[in-house]
Amino acid sequence: MYDFHYLRPATIDEASRLLATEPDAKPMSGGMSLLPAMKQRLSRWSAIVDLGGVAGLDEIRMEHGALVIGARARHVSVLSSSVVRAAIPALAELAEGIGDPLVRNRGAIGGSVANADPAADYPAALLGLGATVVTNRREIAADDFFTGLFETALEAGEIITAVRFPVPKRAAYAKYRHPASRYAVVGAFVAETAEGVRVAVTGAASHVFRVPAFETALSKSLSLDALAGVTPAYGDLNADLFASSEYRAHVIGEMVRRAVQACLHPSTPSRNA
Amino acid sequence: MPLVTMTVNGTVVSAEVEARTLLAEFLRNHLEMTGTHVGCDTTQCGCCTVHLDGVGVKSCTVLAVACQGAEVLTIEGLATGDALHPMQAAFREHHGLQCGFCTPGMIMSALDMVRRKGHDLDERLVRRELEGNICRCTGYHNIVKAIQAGASAMKGA
Repeated sequence: MYDFHYLRPATIDEASRLLATEPDAKPMSGGMSLLPAMKQRLSRWSAIVDLGGVAGLDEIRMEHGALVIGARARHVSVLSSSVVRAAIPALAELAEGIGDPLVRNRGAIGGSVANADPAADYPAALLGLGATVVTNRREIAADDFFTGLFETALEAGEIITAVRFPVPKRAAYAKYRHPASRYAVVGAFVAETAEGVRVAVTGAASHVFRVPAFETALSKSLSLDALAGVTPAYGDLNADLFASSEYRAHVIGEMVRRAVQACLHPSTPSRNA
Repeated sequence: MPLVTMTVNGTVVSAEVEARTLLAEFLRNHLEMTGTHVGCDTTQCGCCTVHLDGVGVKSCTVLAVACQGAEVLTIEGLATGDALHPMQAAFREHHGLQCGFCTPGMIMSALDMVRRKGHDLDERLVRRELEGNICRCTGYHNIVKAIQAGASAMKGA
């Protein structure tokens, strides 16, 4: 890892100011994605602005009927939160499948969302639930947030402070995970919302995306039968050592099916063991 | 270079380190406490697991400077004199190791497991919770047995 200036602000305003003054500074949350990338010298920063000293960023609460999760809320806090379990159990289950217990002890939602790894789990929940990313400057709809491979709508100096999730009628996440990295080879988040069913897929392309063909079919009837004969046309799907694009296209359908099954029967395990 | 001060196994330690120094490197190179192992250096294998403010973390993926003022517990901090911690004793009793390289991380991870999941751990749970710790020798069977026994023994400790 290349060396850098380490900065630990006490407030978001101070963090924002530091990010503006340092030539090439990066905010750090739990560091579970950022530090491995830096260790491999895939990324290099003049300064790391550690948000660990900013108080009040780890709250999890209900606000005007929506679930608000602070950016520094660790995965272990989300998966074990009674507030999350009561409002959106699928989100707690998703958090329980991220990385491993030691990674979940340290990694936080804000960092995962800002990093926008194409195979990360949280982006599927944000897009699937129609969440809103709250920053120190504005609010960004999940539909507008994930813009490319590790690319988001965040501007320089902009820091995620929380994510606001509307509470769905039903939701589930199904993930076919890579057994070593535990990232999603393909993950599908299905949510029945007031505006219809949303389907978001992670792991399969440069960034998380929705599948309108499944959404239309499932909005008519949230059932396995509704999926029969629905064969969405995908753009460029990822192809790598683990899965060809043709295989990923197949697994998307299977993960959507499992997520729908889990929506209908919440006790059904939706994660592969 | 930044100065960092933390408490390691009950002793306050202080050193000037490069900002990029990892907690694992700080423990091994600066404090010469080599019980914390670095197996993969990519946040996969868990050999470097220590407790940071009471919570299990992979110390190869934590900056030492981020541990300013923190309490760190390593494998060296478990035994009381010659008396092994019950989890250490269980690993010896059940032969929960072969080459032993992953053992410090396994034990620190096992203690985090007990903190989160309690003392009555079934085999399936232990295997799932061990996802962040990789052993390349034993096939995990005795490690799982050791953790179950150690967790149980800690109940009376």
